[in-house]
Amino acid sequence: MKAKVHVFLKPGVLDVQGKAVEQALHGLGWSGVEGVRVGKTIEFDLASADRAAAEAEVKAMCDKLLANTVIESYRVELA
Amino acid sequence: MKAAVIVFPGSNCDRDCKVAVERSTGAQVEMVWHGDTALPEGLDLIVLPGGFSYGDYLRCGAMAALSPVMAEVKAAAERGVATVGICNGFQVLCEAGLLPGALLQNERLKYVCKPVALEITNAQTRFTSGYGGRREAVMTVGNGEGNYFADEATLDRLEGEGQVVFRYRDNPNGSARDIAGIVNARGNVLGMMPHPDRAFEPELGSADGAILFQSALASA
Repeated sequence: MKAKVHVFLKPGVLDVQGKAVEQALHGLGWSGVEGVRVGKTIEFDLASADRAAAEAEVKAMCDKLLANTVIESYRVELA
Repeated sequence: MKAAVIVFPGSNCDRDCKVAVERSTGAQVEMVWHGDTALPEGLDLIVLPGGFSYGDYLRCGAMAALSPVMAEVKAAAERGVATVGICNGFQVLCEAGLLPGALLQNERLKYVCKPVALEITNAQTRFTSGYGGRREAVMTVGNGEGNYFADEATLDRLEGEGQVVFRYRDNPNGSARDIAGIVNARGNVLGMMPHPDRAFEPELGSADGAILFQSALASA
């Protein structure tokens, strides 16, 4: 099974990279852009056939290491 | 008096911390590798140094917080051993859950490296008792991710309980409420972005950091 974990700073936590990218896009003329957030995607193969078990496992990985839930939120995709 | 400096792969202030503690206090300082599963016996002080542990991969301090030795550091901190995390060490303490909050990228996206004036907000802690009536100390910062963040309720609690130990006079990185250093509720774990290890002799521009190590070991 393939897992993708998307990690972003929580809304309300200032994303300075996102702000800088937004300003750069404005500078290039895309004035309609707003709310840019820069996050990261972590993907890996998981030796599990059971979807529910895999979901629980990846969630545990996120809480333990992949995300810092004080400042970040995450979303898991399994395929 | 006995102290240990924890060395992670990518730590780069580990020797500075060893020399700073030795020269400030005369304590014997042992270097402990992150992969060790035991700390030396009878420690009075544990220092988590600055640097770029694990190359700052994933998040600053995230991997180091899960190093084998950190289970021992947590246990020692829970027993009341004085524990100081400086710069990357502060990030590690937050990631390890020994201190609340997290360190974000600096507000203006710049790595900031300069001397800073600090207000000693709480001079009653075991790390600041030696400053006496002084309310200001000068140390240097050197960080790209030193922007302290915690939710409003946590910030209120930290301030209310006297857990904010140092504040920047002129905030260099966007830290919430100008926070430069905090202690845990019990008062034996200190995390700070400025470097006392780079300010322990007048030749370094300031000797104010020496007082911090002396205080930590005086109460041991």
